[in-house]
Amino acid sequence: MKVKSKFGPKYQEFEIGNIVYLAKDKPLKLQNGSNISNFPISYQTYGKLNKDKSNAILICHALTGDQYCASKNPVTKKDGWWEFMIGKGKAIDTDKYFIICSNIIGSCMGSWNPKSIDPETDKPYSMNFPIITIYDMVEAQNLLLQHFQIEELHAVIGGSVGGMQALCWSILYPQKVKNVIPIASSYRHSPQNIAFHEVGRQAIMADPNWQSGQYLNKQTYPAKGLAVARMTAHITYMSENALHDKFGRNLQDKDILSFSFDKDFEIESYLHHKGFSFVDRFDANSYLYITKAVDYFDLESDFNGKLANAFTNFAKNNKNGKFCLISFSDDWLFPPSEMKKITKALIACDIEVSSIVIDSSSGHDSFLIENESLKNTISGILATS
Amino acid sequence: MQNQENIGQNIIKKQIRFDLEIISKLVASNTKVLDIGCGDGELLSFLKKEKNVDARGLEISQKLVTQTIKKGISAIQGDGEKDLEFYPDHNFDYAILSQTIQATKNPKAMLKEMLRIARYAIISLPNFTHYKNRLHIMTNGTMPVNKNLPFTWFDTPNIHFCSIKDFENLCYDLNFKIEEKIFLTAKKRLNGMFGIDILPNFFAEYGIFLITKNEFNPTAQEELSFYEKVKQGMDFQLSTPVSQRSK
Repeated sequence: MKVKSKFGPKYQEFEIGNIVYLAKDKPLKLQNGSNISNFPISYQTYGKLNKDKSNAILICHALTGDQYCASKNPVTKKDGWWEFMIGKGKAIDTDKYFIICSNIIGSCMGSWNPKSIDPETDKPYSMNFPIITIYDMVEAQNLLLQHFQIEELHAVIGGSVGGMQALCWSILYPQKVKNVIPIASSYRHSPQNIAFHEVGRQAIMADPNWQSGQYLNKQTYPAKGLAVARMTAHITYMSENALHDKFGRNLQDKDILSFSFDKDFEIESYLHHKGFSFVDRFDANSYLYITKAVDYFDLESDFNGKLANAFTNFAKNNKNGKFCLISFSDDWLFPPSEMKKITKALIACDIEVSSIVIDSSSGHDSFLIENESLKNTISGILATS
Repeated sequence: MQNQENIGQNIIKKQIRFDLEIISKLVASNTKVLDIGCGDGELLSFLKKEKNVDARGLEISQKLVTQTIKKGISAIQGDGEKDLEFYPDHNFDYAILSQTIQATKNPKAMLKEMLRIARYAIISLPNFTHYKNRLHIMTNGTMPVNKNLPFTWFDTPNIHFCSIKDFENLCYDLNFKIEEKIFLTAKKRLNGMFGIDILPNFFAEYGIFLITKNEFNPTAQEELSFYEKVKQGMDFQLSTPVSQRSK
């Protein structure tokens, strides 16, 4: 089943598929207490599910990612965000594995989100959309697996916010995941990260076109606010060295400073481009809700201040389960030190864990850039367990 | 530094084939083993295959950790001198340190840490006072550079050279019991007359030691069964699995 959805300030319409409606018989209870039923999840699959349904791998996407991890995105017309990783003969081999990637709830690529129509008012939810959490996203993914009648995942793999989902899988459904592979992720969103998210949210809300969240009903669009939010966030995805190497203080299309507030530097021009191309594919309210969900993520406080307690359930229920934690040396958004803490907690629970820190020069975004060590490690884990 | 690591790895690789068979004889089946500086995981995969051990690795090089993972063995990227803090007390039956103790900044702390996290430590080390080295120093008056010690004094990663006697003395000082010691030349096990090794501090190029804490007092029954079972190559669990320990 496919669905049409509108994107960007021009409300351009795109067809998004595949969509399945879940929780038809029994509503899903969200962490904030509200119940949802008959809600849509959009997903893509690659490869074939084998007879005993043992070769499924769930890919969890990042904050503003989507289900098109290994095929062309219908909105941006760009290749899938993990095309170098997933495919025939690649590290996550579609000849061997059945790969599922679903759009997280709250996100605007077809799954249940603030643009969806509220059956009670017949209008988009907008700010009536409930506050969701990473756990809720995982519960929705679990319903999707039930739809496929898959009882065990060979692996759950995710980068950044996707890695948080992978960790939540090991907590909510430890018996269902053989290999948990969080990449460039953490056990909680740090105060610095929350601060950057809040700047982004405030930029959106300060845009008069946001209209207290009702822009869909008023046919306006907080493009500038959303672009600023993206620009801020994008800085956190790179590293200082990467900025030096890529842009330096180079001027954009000029030889001398303009002595005006025009864009002088390449870095300014780059950020503007990143910000304003983002608004064509992403929804402002989705951005508010998902960033909030990520800010709420804190396994340590969820388990009485002891991170190891988060994994005791996994240790008990999945004796052969394994973790592989991958971080990047110059990622300052989710620094290797936070993965180290997870490693320690897992060892304390006597869970089999591997962990590596890949030398990188692209900051947090390194997990989206082709890298032999990343590919080798993931293919190695998948092949040997 | 990177270059030194690579050279070091190559030497370890040559020696490991020989080492691993001997080390494997010291390891009881179905136990839990940590190899500190596990390289590409060769020793661990050998132990997993031969002794069905629960094998874990710690290795400083990311590329080598990835190679270990590719062999189906879980490994953590970390520095053996800093990152043993990852592991709780008595987490392993054996902690192995192969051909590395002489390259550590603090060998004493290293040994203590090993016997904090494991009941037994297996350490293999080059014997600096092998007669060829002694002769070299006597005749040339320079630091020996040869097949086993391929580094010049200014670029060697080996910063704490010791002899077999020195190592035994340190174990004594730390109140560690040497359960087994095996002396080797590069190609074979040193076999003395009537099963007694003659002047190992002079003739052995390498020593491999199985050590444990003196204050660890297992029941007589347990101790007996350890030696019997190791010698017979029988399967048994050395320590209480972590899952059964009180948290």
